[in-house]
Amino acid sequence: MTAATLRARAEEALLPPFVALLIAIVAGDLLILSVGQSPGEVYRMLLAGTWGNAYGFGQVLYKATTLICTGLAVSIGLQAGLFNIGGEGQLAAGGFAAALVGLVLPVGTPALLAIPLAILAAMAAGGVVGWVPGVLRARFGAHEVITTIMLNFIVLALLNWIIVSHLHVPETLHTPEIHAGGLSRLSSVMPSFHGSAANTSIIAALAAAVACAWYLFRTRAGYDLRAVGLQPQAAEYGGIHVGRVWISAMTLSGALAGLGGINFVLGYKHYYEEGFGTGAGFLGIAVALVGRNNPYGVVIAALLFATLSQGGLAINAVVPKQMVDVLQGVVIIAVAASVPEVRRLLLGRRKDVEAA
Amino acid sequence: MHHIEKRFGATRADRDANLEVAAGEVHALVGENGAGKSTLMHILAGLFPPDAGQVVVDGRDVTGWTTAEAIAAGVGMVHQHFMLVPTLTIAENVVLGREPVRGVRLDMARANREVREVGERYGLAVDPRRIVKDLSVGEAQRVEILKTLFRGARILILDEPTAVLSPPEVRELWRVLRRLRESGGTIILITHKLDEVMDVSDRITVMRHGETVARMATRDTTPAEIARAMVGREVTLVGTRDGEGGGRRKEGGPSSLAVRGLTVSTPTRPHAVNDVSFAVAPGQILGIAGVEGNGQTELIEAIAGLRRPAAGTIALVGTDGASHDVTTWSVRERARAGLAHIPEDRHRRGLVLEYSVSDNLILGMQERFTRGLSLDRTRIAANARAKIEAFDIRPADPSLPARALSGGNQQKIVIAREMGGEFSVLLAAQPTRGVDVGAIEFIHARLRDARDDGKAILLVSAELAEVLALSDRIAVMYAGRVIRILSRDEANEELIGELMTGAKGSAGDVLLEDTAEGTIANPVITP
Amino acid sequence: MILLVFIAQTIRIAIPYLFAAAGGVVAERSGVISLTLEGFMLAGAFGAALGSYYSGNPWVGVLGGVAGGIVFGLIHAIGSIRYRADQVVLGVAINLLAIGVTRFFLHLAFDSSSNSPRVPGFSSSGPGDGLLLGLLHNPLIVLGLIAIPVIAWVIYRTPFGLRVRAAGEHPQAATTLGVPVARVRYLAVAISGALAGMGGVYLALDQHQFTAEMTGGRGYIALAAIIFGNWDPLRAGIACFLFAAAEALQIHLQGTAGVPSQFVQMIPYVLTIVALAGVVRKALPPASLGRVESN
Repeated sequence: MTAATLRARAEEALLPPFVALLIAIVAGDLLILSVGQSPGEVYRMLLAGTWGNAYGFGQVLYKATTLICTGLAVSIGLQAGLFNIGGEGQLAAGGFAAALVGLVLPVGTPALLAIPLAILAAMAAGGVVGWVPGVLRARFGAHEVITTIMLNFIVLALLNWIIVSHLHVPETLHTPEIHAGGLSRLSSVMPSFHGSAANTSIIAALAAAVACAWYLFRTRAGYDLRAVGLQPQAAEYGGIHVGRVWISAMTLSGALAGLGGINFVLGYKHYYEEGFGTGAGFLGIAVALVGRNNPYGVVIAALLFATLSQGGLAINAVVPKQMVDVLQGVVIIAVAASVPEVRRLLLGRRKDVEAA
Repeated sequence: MHHIEKRFGATRADRDANLEVAAGEVHALVGENGAGKSTLMHILAGLFPPDAGQVVVDGRDVTGWTTAEAIAAGVGMVHQHFMLVPTLTIAENVVLGREPVRGVRLDMARANREVREVGERYGLAVDPRRIVKDLSVGEAQRVEILKTLFRGARILILDEPTAVLSPPEVRELWRVLRRLRESGGTIILITHKLDEVMDVSDRITVMRHGETVARMATRDTTPAEIARAMVGREVTLVGTRDGEGGGRRKEGGPSSLAVRGLTVSTPTRPHAVNDVSFAVAPGQILGIAGVEGNGQTELIEAIAGLRRPAAGTIALVGTDGASHDVTTWSVRERARAGLAHIPEDRHRRGLVLEYSVSDNLILGMQERFTRGLSLDRTRIAANARAKIEAFDIRPADPSLPARALSGGNQQKIVIAREMGGEFSVLLAAQPTRGVDVGAIEFIHARLRDARDDGKAILLVSAELAEVLALSDRIAVMYAGRVIRILSRDEANEELIGELMTGAKGSAGDVLLEDTAEGTIANPVITP
Repeated sequence: MILLVFIAQTIRIAIPYLFAAAGGVVAERSGVISLTLEGFMLAGAFGAALGSYYSGNPWVGVLGGVAGGIVFGLIHAIGSIRYRADQVVLGVAINLLAIGVTRFFLHLAFDSSSNSPRVPGFSSSGPGDGLLLGLLHNPLIVLGLIAIPVIAWVIYRTPFGLRVRAAGEHPQAATTLGVPVARVRYLAVAISGALAGMGGVYLALDQHQFTAEMTGGRGYIALAAIIFGNWDPLRAGIACFLFAAAEALQIHLQGTAGVPSQFVQMIPYVLTIVALAGVVRKALPPASLGRVESN
């Protein structure tokens, strides 16, 4: 590969997130100034409260764990040319299934058996919720954007019904604590993480990222999946069954979002609670977008968004923590708007070079 | 219009196009597809400005004007692909953009009345309240013409208006156009059908490769002369066919590919391919000549398994030597049996442009390059090295995305993949489109080698010279039908040029039986 | 009497859906995806609370809400038309942004992370009136009831409506006739922002306060109504009433045996999926929905 194409590729991969970050910082400055604080000071507080101490960093890792899963889910879908915005429902279904396994298994079930079972259940539940819109798209041509949104509400209502009428601890909206399948906190290995929710499910999330990278770029199924996403007609020409790939991609996507459910349920609270993942499904879209649909990019983007989210708490004393909610929106809009624009500029310039 | 030039990205649609049309005449603009006719007319209609050159209408320099200005000056265009909103009524489509109002309301009663009046004045009777998607193509075209007349068009451009019409609808259209001319209108007719040029036009401008190559009065010329000007001579291409006379086909042997009564429907054209039959023997190249858009694409896609035929059968002899009826087989099953396919559009179908050269070299045969679930990178790399070497793909870097290669080298990837392994039948659609001269010669040599090696090849090309240079037999397609299959000896440029433009041999000709040995019966049934 | 209460309740629940669906239909018919209705409503609700609180006059609140909806509409329009950003991503982002912005300024303006103080609103029952006539005292209810017919009239009976329909179905055809498709779409999205904003205004002024995320998914229900109504304003309006009636019924049946309320909540979403999958008759979106072509 020549240096020029390498550079052009790097530019295309890095420039949009960079531009977005810049815009977010400017927007952040404006918000901070609007409450009469100094941006430099606030950003320093934000960093100090997240990457600056073990507790803050542990919280960042905890929040990143769920976002890695939902970000991977959106990425896998987009690699196949599909937009899964059903992450909210798939995440909740996954968490619920993991809790159910933990409740059904008797006390004292060996962790070696209970944990894999609970994780599999989480992925299977999310997978089923993803499979439905996949089939609706492949067989009936129903657009997955609308069906996944609608399924979010349906799944959440269904879970709400189960919890409220059958499974909740009185006066709360959560299930009893699970008997088996709990994951240990990172603080049990590294005591300095004490108090933070970070737990070993981040290992599962990172393993999922590695597995996704392997699946997408190293397996034949991944080859087929990306071909369908890039050029469905070429895929068809290459003997690939486009509808089947859609269904498997949506199922896998749902399973990944479902995996995110173990972070809260198995790793943190040890019960399923209504609304535990609210917003994480939608933020997965932002994570995938900034991570450029690359599994490792997703990990980095998840850390970025988790830092923002945790950082909001760190600066709450001087700037309302809701500032980070605004910044999240601004980042997504900036990336979404700059990706086509930056690509156009880059392509335009490359064309000029060719012509010259 | 003088010295018009227009580029789209790297392709130059028009390089030196000139057109002069006198008021009150029917002027035919003819040329093969891709000759730059439509681009030239889009410039005249204000859809985009030219890169160079000048546009003069009624003595006024209007270079680079907008659609709105063109419409105001009385220039109207009927596009090849209808520009109608299918969910709206006829009247709504016609008045869109200059709606009659009463207060702030859209005055539909007046719109309906005015549309009906304009229609009656020009003999284009329509019911303005009908929904456009319920109309036949002939009626839809009348609406398109109405749209321009409603805006007071005096210069009417029609882009391939008869491509979708039945013969009575065509006669109806000519009647309308004559009436228009009598009332002082000027008509520019884009077409490649010479019978209609002779029928209705007063003068003719011929375009080829973005340039104007001839201009004549209709009464002073012949279809043969126009066809010659249209097709031209591609000096670099007219190589001599090697003297062996059709490779080593075995007399009386079975055909490797046999197509019987094949009919293919598309949403817009129920008979895109209409009852086509032919056969290709091992060691034979059957060339399909024809102006693009006469069913070749659909024919190839049906044989490849990308389109379900409405009727007919497809049989092929696989690499296993056995004959299979593959009509209902999937793309992959056909490929496994021994069918190779160079698709006509390598950017859309033939390559995944973002994929590397090595990944593109296994498209369609991924299953053979796996180890367990994963792709066998070692074998993929070895395959890439071998193919890059054997087919001289440059630059010789298997990790480059296919997008980064030149057109010729992209096509070599496709050809290396399809012809670099075992196959018995090859579909080669536009195999040299958009590639440089060196690559053309290379590709032609490969096709001849495969033929001499006993493969059956079905070649589709818009370049008549290419079909003539390579084929052992030549089938001419027009309006979805194979209207004649010629042996190499009876085929010549003029005859084919006339057949493929409909100047000779009506679409009513029916070919009854074709074997790989030649046409047995070809009775002409006049409708 | 029970029936009257039920009808009155249905109307009250339906009003925000009617506003948002009326707006969403215009944007979607012009070819721009309306995932953003939720965000527009939230911005409208917050704008209404601000305007009403600081002026003491609910009509200023109405103006504030409409302005909030339009501002968010313009963000969506500029992103999707000028920058050709993916409209789905943009829609999700705008909804997140609306949550963030309203919470941030809720904190700044009222120093609360959950709700505003009480703000002046409209009263919906005058003394001595019948139950249904009483509703008509609230001008927002009247506006909500006529929003759908007015939009139907605009779409089917005005030149602008004709251009909106053409832009959504076949923008090239409109362009060849000199219709400024981009401008039509900007206007359509701004209208959808204003109307969905009105839906938010109704919520805030009816409850006399702004609560964080008070729209609670109503924008998505309005979108469901549009799809279920096959992108026809009148049918979308009927869908709004249908969904609202289901909710009202659920409130009435609360506590009594029967169908759990959660299943009633699912009705709009299930019906929408059924409509999209074409089990009964296929819902057909405008042909160029979500696509903005270059030039």
